[in-house]
Amino acid sequence: MTATRTTQMTEMTWTAVCAVDAIPLEGGVAALVDGQAVAVFRTHDGSVHALGNIDPFSQTSVLSRGIVGSRGDAPVVSSPMYKQAFDLRTGRCLDDDSAGVPAYDVAVVDGRVLVGAPREAT
Amino acid sequence: MSKRQRIVVVGHGMVGHRFAQAAVERGLTETHDVLVVGEEPRAAYDRVALTSWFSHAADGDGDEALTLLPGGAYDDPRVRLVLDSVVTEVDRAERTVTVVSPPAAVGDPLAHPGAVTVHEYDVLVLATGAAPFVPPVPGRGLAGCFVYRTIEDLQAIKAASATATSGIVIGGGLLGLEAANALVQLGLDTHVVEMAPRLMPVQLDDAAGSTLVRHIERLGVTAHTDVLTEEVEGDDRVTGLRMRPAGTEQGAPTTTVEAQVVVFSAGIRPRDALARECDLAVAERGGVLVDEQCRTSDPAIFAIGECAAPGGTMYGLVAPGYAMAEVVVDALLDGPGTFTGADMSTKLKLLGVDVASFGDAFARTPDSLELVYSDAVAGVYKKLVVAESDAGSFRLLGGILVGDASAYGVLRPMVSSGLALPDNPEQLILPAGGGVRLGMPDDAQVCSCNDVTKADILHAVTEQGCEDVAAVKQCTRAGSTCGSCVPTVKNLVEEHFASVGKVVDKGLCEHFRLTRQELFDVVAVHGYRRFDDIVEAHGTGRGCDVCKPAIASILASQTSTHVLERGTAELQDTNDAYLANIQRNGTYSVVPRIPGGEITPEKLIVIGEVARDFDLYTKITGGQRIDLFGARMEQLPAIWRRLVDAGFESGHAYGKSLRTVKSCVGSTWCRYGVQDSVGLAIALELRYRGLRSPHKLKGGVSGCARECAEARGKDFGVIATEKGWNLYVGGNGGAKPAHARLLAGDVDTGTLVSYLDRFLMYYVRTADRLQRTSTWIEQLDGGLDRVREVVVDDALGLGAELEAEMARHVGGYADEWRATLEDPEKLARFVTFVNAPDTPDPTVSFTTERDQIQPIAPALIPVGAPA
Repeated sequence: MTATRTTQMTEMTWTAVCAVDAIPLEGGVAALVDGQAVAVFRTHDGSVHALGNIDPFSQTSVLSRGIVGSRGDAPVVSSPMYKQAFDLRTGRCLDDDSAGVPAYDVAVVDGRVLVGAPREAT
Repeated sequence: MSKRQRIVVVGHGMVGHRFAQAAVERGLTETHDVLVVGEEPRAAYDRVALTSWFSHAADGDGDEALTLLPGGAYDDPRVRLVLDSVVTEVDRAERTVTVVSPPAAVGDPLAHPGAVTVHEYDVLVLATGAAPFVPPVPGRGLAGCFVYRTIEDLQAIKAASATATSGIVIGGGLLGLEAANALVQLGLDTHVVEMAPRLMPVQLDDAAGSTLVRHIERLGVTAHTDVLTEEVEGDDRVTGLRMRPAGTEQGAPTTTVEAQVVVFSAGIRPRDALARECDLAVAERGGVLVDEQCRTSDPAIFAIGECAAPGGTMYGLVAPGYAMAEVVVDALLDGPGTFTGADMSTKLKLLGVDVASFGDAFARTPDSLELVYSDAVAGVYKKLVVAESDAGSFRLLGGILVGDASAYGVLRPMVSSGLALPDNPEQLILPAGGGVRLGMPDDAQVCSCNDVTKADILHAVTEQGCEDVAAVKQCTRAGSTCGSCVPTVKNLVEEHFASVGKVVDKGLCEHFRLTRQELFDVVAVHGYRRFDDIVEAHGTGRGCDVCKPAIASILASQTSTHVLERGTAELQDTNDAYLANIQRNGTYSVVPRIPGGEITPEKLIVIGEVARDFDLYTKITGGQRIDLFGARMEQLPAIWRRLVDAGFESGHAYGKSLRTVKSCVGSTWCRYGVQDSVGLAIALELRYRGLRSPHKLKGGVSGCARECAEARGKDFGVIATEKGWNLYVGGNGGAKPAHARLLAGDVDTGTLVSYLDRFLMYYVRTADRLQRTSTWIEQLDGGLDRVREVVVDDALGLGAELEAEMARHVGGYADEWRATLEDPEKLARFVTFVNAPDTPDPTVSFTTERDQIQPIAPALIPVGAPA
């Protein structure tokens, strides 16, 4: 089912949000994707990740303003509100198993960052 | 024991206080009511630190600095304290005491004018202390003759010194040298007269005594040893002291030293009159005779401290007194504690010289050996007394240290432990002692003031959840009286954590094993300017919300780079990253700087207009400025534009940096003010604005001793005096309030600024992350004294360097808001949606309450369900 759905989404919606250079290394920006606030991050190695921007602990739209770093092998952003860390690859909260944010498909094409659909929670 | 028992304590000195404190802490007050009768007009104070009263007295808080009972009452209502009252009689048959309260005492029902009251007791505790002994020297009653024991004595000595040029202390013992220190501080040409051939004859040998003499003579104190006092000269006032060499007969040639002040400090005598009058047994040489539980010949009466003579011996130190107080509380709880003699070891700083004496300092043990290290030039003398066992190993029996007593903390516990010394015990006293480290048995006493053993400290760490030295100090009281054992306590705590594999990770986080201070030095030495370089060379991974802001702060302290430069902006903590304070709904508050709290009507109007035009909620802060709430992130530059154009700048309310320097109106307006506190507060706030530090920093300046600016609740507080300024450091409000303590008194403005420059930079350099000045000072070896050595005495020779660093900061300061407005790249980050710059954040909305906006809490969506 997942494969079908991804294909459909791929055909349907990729939103170009900004030039990849507009995202600072180890920083983030917020974008509106299909009416949803999405945080788009760039890690030190240049790879791009997208998560829902709403911090589940404060319900505020602020994750893009968090500090990007690492915990163990995981690239993470820590919420600027109460500092919980979220895995940039999955959206999972590393400080609270029960919490998380959606992770979005993301691609860089011709120097533009494209955000796709939220992936199924893993 | 259904009926509550009544305990009456006679005397509220250090020991009487300790008894009351222990009674509360150990639950004795669950079954007993305690009445403490104190003769002095104030609650117990630290007599050991009596001389420091002068350094605090300038602004009238000498009493407060010394008090052992802040607030003047016990938290436990079952302990009642009556001051300024004397117990005149004990009726053992009726079990009552008679208390006379003079007219001066008010505010207590007991204290009718000259009231005489009678109180029943079930248990009586005598803690009447000792009185100075004044030898029968002719002229000892002249005006200008004093003793040295109470704050009243000090006040009298201080008053007399105002018109005196020189003073003499009779008695060259421990207390005599303390008194000499007092005279030196009062600016008198000071002499010390001692009958024995050396100073501190009880603690020091001849060589140590002469080393001490060399030190104190450098301070202008003249020591006369081996002399007898013949007469205090003068008609009604003291004019001098006549003496003759010891060992000569009366009539032998004499010499006279001129002086207008004479302080008798020739020993103390137990105050046992009350006990004698009610026929309790007393020791041959004075003192109430008590058994090992400190019980007198009447089983309902105990005696503790200097008035007591356990086994016939009286102890003139506070530590044995404390031990006796604990023993009696223990006895009343049916505990097994006994007092069987005390460690008379001493370590103190006399006139700025370290002096320690412990164990068998005079090698009186048969076949003992002495190891001596002496450096006359440096003024250091160290002696160890050791015994050789049959097996050929050495055991430490005692020792003397003058000029450098740093080894005391390690050596003294080794005496009681009987531990074998290394083969080359001389290493222990050689300079930079070759790093000899010794294990310590569990029962070794680490803190002699409060009788805390190594086992107690380990227990605090393993069982009581103490995770650092400060917690251990609080929990065990180790190091909380004289402080000399703090380095040992620290080592024990750290060694323990290391031994259980819990690496005492002083590292910042998983990415750096270095402490903030080490990182600060690394950055300074290598000149790093980029996080990438630092983490590659000294860390692992890609950092986190702990190490990145710490490094951002270090970089900001060492360079004057704008915090939002590319590569630096991404390191900043939430608030620094947007030069504003994030609030619960994701909006920000804006605080323009209002230096010293002084603002023109025009500027006030601008703030009002900005708030009105952007529909911001306004509130006056505790730091004498105005906070504007509810700004959306993308509005910030426009708000700053209006403020900057009107002459405002960032107030750094968002940074771990200087916030405000609060002031009272001072001498400009206030009829009590003695200095221009507003002017100084503005100058200081403008000098230190923007300084990034380990924690936020606040200052205050008060124009007189009334202290309306609450300066002593700040990290640095300045209080005006007639002669200049007093500088206090280490205060804060918040969850763990701390009162700032005096660093330097009566300094001029230039000196004040240079001390502050040094203090702040020293703090910025060496404190841990998020460590406020109060806790930083507390954990420094030597505490506030250490800070004073570095800042005031420039003991590390760092003064000029620290001042130069501050000068660089001051010179490099630029307003962060203005610089952001002038740089399109920095401005680019102030958009909510990068692909829809005109769309505001839809999750932010407001309601109105009391005519102003208030955030609507975002709907409480259950945490955890990825939307």
